[in-house]
Parts: sequence; C-alpha cells; structure tokens
Amino acid sequence: MSTLPETRYDTAEALDARGDFPILAETVNGRPLTYLDSAASAQQPRDVIDAVRTYHEKDHANVHRGVHTLSHRATEAYEGARDKIRAFVNAASRSEIVLTKGTTEAVNLVAQSFVRPAMSAGDKIVITHMEHHANIVPWQIVCEQTGAELVVAPIDEHGELQLDALYALLDESVRMLGVTHVSNALGTINPVAEIAAEARTRGIPILVDGAQGVPHAPVDVREIGCDFYAFSAHKMFGPTGTGVLYGREALLDAMPPYQGGGDMILEVRFDGTTYNELPYKFEAGTPNIAGVVGLGAAIDYLENIGMARINAHEQQLLADMMQRLGDIDGLRLIGTAGHKASVQSFVVDGVHPHDLGTLLDQQGVAVRTGHHCAMPVMQFFDVPGTARASLALYNTADDVDRLIESLERAIRMFR
Amino acid sequence: MNAKSEELPAADDGRDLYRELVLRHARTPQNFGCLPSPTHGAEGVNTLCGDKLALYLDVSPEGRIDAIRFDGSGCAISLASASMMTEAVGGQLVADALSIGARFEAALNPDGNGALGDSDLAALTAVRRYPSRVRCATLPWRALERAVAGPANAESQTVTTE
Repeated sequence: MSTLPETRYDTAEALDARGDFPILAETVNGRPLTYLDSAASAQQPRDVIDAVRTYHEKDHANVHRGVHTLSHRATEAYEGARDKIRAFVNAASRSEIVLTKGTTEAVNLVAQSFVRPAMSAGDKIVITHMEHHANIVPWQIVCEQTGAELVVAPIDEHGELQLDALYALLDESVRMLGVTHVSNALGTINPVAEIAAEARTRGIPILVDGAQGVPHAPVDVREIGCDFYAFSAHKMFGPTGTGVLYGREALLDAMPPYQGGGDMILEVRFDGTTYNELPYKFEAGTPNIAGVVGLGAAIDYLENIGMARINAHEQQLLADMMQRLGDIDGLRLIGTAGHKASVQSFVVDGVHPHDLGTLLDQQGVAVRTGHHCAMPVMQFFDVPGTARASLALYNTADDVDRLIESLERAIRMFR
Repeated sequence: MNAKSEELPAADDGRDLYRELVLRHARTPQNFGCLPSPTHGAEGVNTLCGDKLALYLDVSPEGRIDAIRFDGSGCAISLASASMMTEAVGGQLVADALSIGARFEAALNPDGNGALGDSDLAALTAVRRYPSRVRCATLPWRALERAVAGPANAESQTVTTE
C-alpha cells in the first residue's frame, strides 16, 4: 500500500485552485476568462501539462514492445497510470481497467462485444430519457444489427428519472441497462447503486456512463455494483482522446475482442490467433500513451485535493448559482432535480441560447449553448437548446458573479 | 459604390453584431409564415444547435420570385438574415437573388469584400468577426440555393450548414 500524497490544501480554507490552471490566466475579448464549460471539456492543471511534456521529453517509446530503456519507461508510466485509475474507482483488479479513446468508445465496445453477441430479435435494451448521444446511438446500432428494441425510461419535469417506471421496464426480455451517473445536460445525479441493485436482482447487466460522474465526487464501482462504468480523461482535467472502461473481470474475460491488431494478441498464425489476457485483449494498436500518463497525473492532482472537498466546494457554488439564475426575470432553469452535480441549463424568454452564448463570450464568459449532445432531453423540455453553465473545482464565487452580471447585460440588450 | 468593405462599428460587447436593425428583424421577421402551394421549398438545419428554417417560394415560369416566406425557429442572427433575405430577393429573378446571396457571403469572409449597398443585409456584416456564427447567417441562403436548384413542386429538401 502506497502512502497518501501530502495534502497541498488546508481543508479549513475555501478551495481556490485557479492558479493551478495556466489557461485560466488567459483574457478573452479583453476580459479575464470565466470558464463555465467544464462539462464539455475541463481544463488541465499544470501538473497534467507537465507530466505529458516530461513523458514526451524523457520517456517516450512504444509500450509493451521493446527491451530498450525508453520502452521500459513508457510501459512503466502507462501501466502505472492504470494502477492509479484502478485505485481511483476502486476496481478489484487492474485487469478490469480497459483504456479507450473515451467514454464513447467504451460504450461502443460494450455494445458490440458484450451485448450484440447475446441479442436476438425481440430482446430489449433499456436506457433513460436523459442519456447523452454516446449512451443512445451505440445501442440503436446494436438494435439495428439484431432486431432488438430500444426502450426508454421516462424523466419528470425536474429532470429526475422516474425510478418506478424504469423498474417496471426491467422484464426478462431486457439484455442490457444503460444509465448515466450524472446527466450532462441537466446535472441530475442518478441513484446508480440502487438502480444497479434492482438490475442485479433481475439478472440484467448494467453500464453506467460516468463521464460526468468522475469529475465531481468520489466514485467506487464496487459500491455502485455496476457491471461496466465508462468515463473520459478530459472531463476530469486530463487530456482528450483518452478514456476508461471498467468492466467486471468475469464479463470482460468471456467477451470477444472489440478490435483486432497489435498488442491484443499472444500469438498470430494464419490458421488462428490467440488473444492476449485482460485488459490487453481490448487494447488493439498503440494506445494514447501520453494521454493515459496525463490521466494518471490528473488523478494524483484530484486525490491531492480530495474528491469530497471538491464536491463540497462545487455544491456551495451550485446552490448560489441556481438561486441567482432563478431570480433573473424570464429565465427558466432546466434541470432542478433534488440531487445535482454542478451543471445548470437554462433558457431565457426572447433570447436564443446561441445569442446568449455569443454575448457572454464578449464578456469573457464561456458557456455551452445548444443541445449538449442530448437532443431527446431538449425535446422533452420542448426547447431547441439551452445555455449551460457548468462548474468545476477551479471555479470561484467571482465566476458566478461574472456569469450573472454578463447575463443581465445580455438580456438588457435584447429587451 | 465600390467593392470595399463597409465600415464596422466598434465591437462594444457585441453591439456591433446585435444592431438595432438586426434585433428588429429578429423580433418581428418579415415574410414569416408559409405559402398555400409553393412551387419550390427547402429546409435549412443548423446541425450545431438543431435550429430549423423552412423556406417557401412561388417562382414564375420566367424565373421570378413572386412570393417568398419562411418559418421555423432560430437565433436572432438566422432569423434576421432570413427576414432580410426575403425582402432582398422578393420580386427578383432567381439568378439575381443568388448573386445577392453570393455578395452577402463574400461580405462575411474575414476580409469582407462584398458590397451590399444600402440593403438591410449590410447590418449583418459584423458577423464576420464571429466565425462561429457565420453559419447562422448563411443558413437561409443555403436553403434558398437548395430550393431553387430543385425542380418545381419537388418534395421539400433539407440542407445543413456543415
């Protein structure tokens, strides 16, 4: 057991990590950057940027392939990061940590290698109305391939999953349940441990889309009790193009490979190929080594601060932001669930989200506008899109002040 | 009028883009609605935000745009552009309408060298300072090109601003 890193932050003080993120010193349109789009992609702390640069400057070679020194160092860095990821989500074994391009690839892997071979016409896959397109379209593709049916569990006007309706859908024809941990458009935190328990009693495998879960609160895949948990490095202050599929070992072991190529084999002969052991069976080709090293550094950074502390900080800012947004005349909050991560969508009467986004950007305030890759959510709330402000560990009360001021200014221009 | 670009007002927190004339067209768009039996039509979809504008035209056998209407939802820039477009091309020959469109798009290039004279469309040229919004302004024009390129009375076709 390794010793815990020395804690850099005094837990009695409010969290102010802004200085750890070089990009937050940028000015945008002549104003200090107020970055409220971390749910789309989070910024990277200096520690991550340095780790990636050091890797490129000192350690780069291909992994698992050579006897030379650099190949050994690159392999150590890559596999060391896998160990950090295992500990971060408390998986039982490093064999259960498959490194992917991102959440999207992780879901597609499960759809094609786990679900597709088990499906036949008349079978069902259940998802929820609040899923990101990445947890919808891979299942639609499997349904097209197999004649199975995609069934959608409803949400209510607060953006909460209707649990009784979901459980009522879980009959013996269901082969897979896909649920997001945290809705990227609404901020809703789903009770995934309870949902996984319900699925387990019915013998239904469950995949949790954790892309928006990992940046905000501690995640323990065994406590959740899910079969698969997918997430992306760039939502948790690491590089883009890197992600993780956690899968229970027994399931991964029984699954056929997703892609064929180098690194995923033990022996290749023209009369037959033997696949590599877990997790390498699912990692064909040279991986994004630098990205994975960066993810390892991001985990070190997060654990140094502490996920519980990050969560407390964000929840305080979220409560303040929701209240002040709600006080703006003509502004409607979209996503008002009882348990939420620090993400808030909203629409303003008479001002299209795109126009808001442009006007806020003129004030140096970056928000996401549009459908957030969750078009069914927009259809449910009968809006073409929303503006969305998402908070991360580096946001401060000043950022919320700037959001509110620039919003009021933008709205005045339109009225 | 030479082909030099029009002077843009100072940016001033987006007021160069959201000029009063643009906001007026966006709030009360001209020629908003549909036609009972249009000869040509197309739908424009902005894939970035999912906005949709549908365009309806009555084109005479001589190739003149006798009537033009649009409906749908969009941001202020796409609504204003559509509204201004219907005013600029109504009554014009199709070829002349397309050439106005070409001048408008040229005015939205970073070097902005399309002259628009005293057309209301000139009020939209500040869009060139906002590259992510250019497709909002060109969406109705893409739909117009698609509509007149199709045969008369064809099924409405969809065009995107990718």
